[in-house]
Amino acid sequence: MLNIEKIKSDFPILKRKVNGEKPLIYLDSAATTQKPLQVIDAISNYYKNSNANVHRGVYSIGHESTEMYENARKKVAKFINAKSENSIVFTRNATESINLIAKTYAKKFLKANDEILVSQMEHHSNLIPWQIIAEESGAKLKFIPLIENGILDLTQLEKLISQKTKIISLVHVSNTLGTINPIEKIISLAHSFNAKILIDASQSVPHMEIDVEKLDCDFLVFSGHKMLAPTGIGVLYGKENLLEELPPFLSGGEMISEVHLETANYRQTPWKFEAGTPNVSGTIALSTAIDYLLSLGMGNIHKHEIELTQYAIYELNKIPEIKIFGPTENRGNVVSFNFENIHPHDISTILDNDGICIRAGHNCTQPIIRWLNVSAVARVSFYIYNTKEDIDIFISSLKKVKKIFYAT
Amino acid sequence: MQLEELYQTIILEHYKEPHNFGEIKNPDIEERGYNESCGDDVKVFVKLINENKIDSINFIGKGCAISQASTSMLTDVLKGKSIEEAIDFIENFKSMMKGEKDFISENDFEELSAMKGVLQFPVRVKCATLAWNTLKNGLIKYQNKQ
Repeated sequence: MLNIEKIKSDFPILKRKVNGEKPLIYLDSAATTQKPLQVIDAISNYYKNSNANVHRGVYSIGHESTEMYENARKKVAKFINAKSENSIVFTRNATESINLIAKTYAKKFLKANDEILVSQMEHHSNLIPWQIIAEESGAKLKFIPLIENGILDLTQLEKLISQKTKIISLVHVSNTLGTINPIEKIISLAHSFNAKILIDASQSVPHMEIDVEKLDCDFLVFSGHKMLAPTGIGVLYGKENLLEELPPFLSGGEMISEVHLETANYRQTPWKFEAGTPNVSGTIALSTAIDYLLSLGMGNIHKHEIELTQYAIYELNKIPEIKIFGPTENRGNVVSFNFENIHPHDISTILDNDGICIRAGHNCTQPIIRWLNVSAVARVSFYIYNTKEDIDIFISSLKKVKKIFYAT
Repeated sequence: MQLEELYQTIILEHYKEPHNFGEIKNPDIEERGYNESCGDDVKVFVKLINENKIDSINFIGKGCAISQASTSMLTDVLKGKSIEEAIDFIENFKSMMKGEKDFISENDFEELSAMKGVLQFPVRVKCATLAWNTLKNGLIKYQNKQ
């Protein structure tokens, strides 16, 4: 059980009022989470006490900041059960992590007529990089279609996959539908065709226990800002031997070992992929965020979110004009819905007036929105600081929406 | 922020029963506008008399109450204007929506003054101006072609 009152008190922003003294009800954690004081302090303490560039200075604070930076790598590795911290590359966000793999893997291995497989439910960040790489390499981009309430058509997947498939890039939990994909099954299917597989775990790592060893995925990506850490820090996990095979992504300082005017040698993984001064404070804050999550227990977090999600769906279903999208069971902590004849933006504006933050639009998943045959959706998503009372306030504000729009 | 000023009856009426909604055949001008941040999508069709005077404006599209109502009102108020007058009017409306000019309610577009409420909701101004920008693009393209 989580002590939500205690958790809430750790988040300064949740104490603020908006729109005329309304308490802030934050239901958009799938977009970005709020930050606890511990994380905010970690950033501030780093700059107050330990700021120095990493992997450079031989003086004491330079050594200290390097230690902190590299310890964060160990923390992340342990958090997702990676065998070695050398499997952890720090990036800006999941988008950059995917781009890194798309650009380096494609450069080295993809040829014309090879095939890349993604699903119809990808976030734009796991679609556009592959569109570009397909165009550049001559490889074909193919799509696992959706069926029923927004689950992957596994029968089609088995028809689509072949020896031509070189890489599959797949979202674990959909940020719009909430679908939790059967990645274990798909990872072993990919490997049986000698294809590599990347998992976009942006909506799962913050919410449930993820074990990359057990999953046996080749690459896995996520963003710090969706798990209490600041923006601008992301993670790429890759099997060490695979990362070693890849060419560098960005180039410059820090990623080199020996440099001559005309040539250079690169450092080993992961530093080969970390050109330039990295986001040291963000990395250290990510480490603090992981400590915070572990102190609550990922199992407890997951359980709390399932309870909230089920409660929200139960309450939303009581309003006849509301249609909920996504699977009815085995789903993550996002609930997308539409209100008959009311545009999600209007819902969001009216809710905002009551201090409630929800997402309205296409959630960076335009192909899903098109598949649903709607122009946009409204979405709520939950995290450790949300309560059933938040959902009650949300539901009563939705009734206000109904009153404004259906009264005239 | 005043919700009543945003969702005035007149706006909701235009939203529920938009004027001049629907595609028309062989328009002189056809232009699509898209708001990539929210997915609002509008297409406007213009029929001209003597290659200059606006005979009618129609539209199709999907969007929020503000964008749909604003588009519906646009099709009423710009009817009968020359291309130059319409562009001036659009510029004027945009300036009002940016808060750069006072909202003047003239007799012939009294309903449009209901859009003033949107000014209190800065993130929604682009909803109110989407069709106006779209039409302006279409009118200018037509002028350049002539």
